[in-house]
Amino acid sequence: MVQRKTLEVWVGLFVAVGILALAMLAFKVGNLATADVLNGYQVRANFDNVGGLKVKSRVTMAGVPVGRIAAIGFDNDRYQAVVTMNLDGRYNRIPVDTSAAILTSGLLGEQYVGLEPGGADAYLKDGDKLTVTQSAVVLEKLIGQFLFSKASEAPTNSAKPAAPAPAPLPR
Amino acid sequence: MNANAIRELGAGVIGSVERLGRASMFLYDIFAASRPLFHRFFLVIQQVYAVGVLTLLIIMVSGLFVGMVLGLQGYNTLVRFGAAESLGLLVALSLVRELGPVVTALLFAGRAGSALTAEIGLMKATEQLAGMEMMAVNPIMRVIAPRFFGGVVAMPLLAALFSAIGVLGGHIVGVGLLGVDAGAFWSQMQNGVDFRDDVVNGVIKSVAFGITVTWIAVFEGYDAVPTSEGVASATNRTVVYSSLAVLGLDFILTALTLGEV
Repeated sequence: MVQRKTLEVWVGLFVAVGILALAMLAFKVGNLATADVLNGYQVRANFDNVGGLKVKSRVTMAGVPVGRIAAIGFDNDRYQAVVTMNLDGRYNRIPVDTSAAILTSGLLGEQYVGLEPGGADAYLKDGDKLTVTQSAVVLEKLIGQFLFSKASEAPTNSAKPAAPAPAPLPR
Repeated sequence: MNANAIRELGAGVIGSVERLGRASMFLYDIFAASRPLFHRFFLVIQQVYAVGVLTLLIIMVSGLFVGMVLGLQGYNTLVRFGAAESLGLLVALSLVRELGPVVTALLFAGRAGSALTAEIGLMKATEQLAGMEMMAVNPIMRVIAPRFFGGVVAMPLLAALFSAIGVLGGHIVGVGLLGVDAGAFWSQMQNGVDFRDDVVNGVIKSVAFGITVTWIAVFEGYDAVPTSEGVASATNRTVVYSSLAVLGLDFILTALTLGEV
């Protein structure tokens, strides 16, 4: 049997190393160090369509994350999505007429909210509402619009090159 | 003939339900007898040494190799999509969420669980447990409970160590051998691994596995038929049952925590 003291040293080392590993998982592997929104304030915005936006998606301004999506609800009267954003308390000088747009990172990336600052002198407070919003781009609608516009301009466009084609070849 | 088969089926079902009940009563007895352990904490420390420290080497070596293999395999797949930078994320997520707790629990069952069962079973076979009772010492308090709590303490630490070393192994292969950018490796990992959703859930899993494996191990030892054959089959059952329980429980816990089933 191992001596009591060496045994205690080993167990102490084991527990210390285990906790160290856990700390590494939390801070180096996980995002606890760069963690979340500090004493944030909440701002709402209505969107016609949120697309693939999810709770905990990023809210960015000039590409820098300034908050996260706290909740996504549905406005039963206006048939719009109500997105509640939790903005970091350090960024407390965002103008009230800031606009929000739902953007996509990369071609197939996740969707996030991009804020575009306005020019007002008053700053956003907890519980404020952003009025100018731009919905997510829905790919099907975009393709539909594209096809529709193509179809509508097709007769004028194809009239010129198509005209000489049916002319019968002279014998 | 036919009636006999049905009778055997019934006896089997009743037997296994009885065993399950005995195991639950046993767990209750362990908790009920655990209060004196606060005054004699050295008993638990001794078991943390036997169950945790002596399992350290196998856990660290397997963690390193599992991480390295994940690095190699993940790189080969990701590089086809030009996403080799996500290697860190892939390695970290698979280790923290799944492989860390599960592989550690399987190794733990094989290395520590079987040893616990064999030890307790042999104590029973040589009538040491009965001897303790003769001396008015509660064997559950003196022998079983320290082993149980030792295992429950050791298992999450071992799983965390496994994951951490696995991530380092992935780093060695990905950054050192295959030339993935070190900055992207870590920053993608930190972006994608959420503390509460991934790390804490992994820890919850490892605690649940620790309780399950040690519980099965000490129960099988305590419930073993007190012969050399009985101890052998009890040890065998410990490894089989706890491995199956870990894999089944893993599915349930994953389904619960992801909340998408």
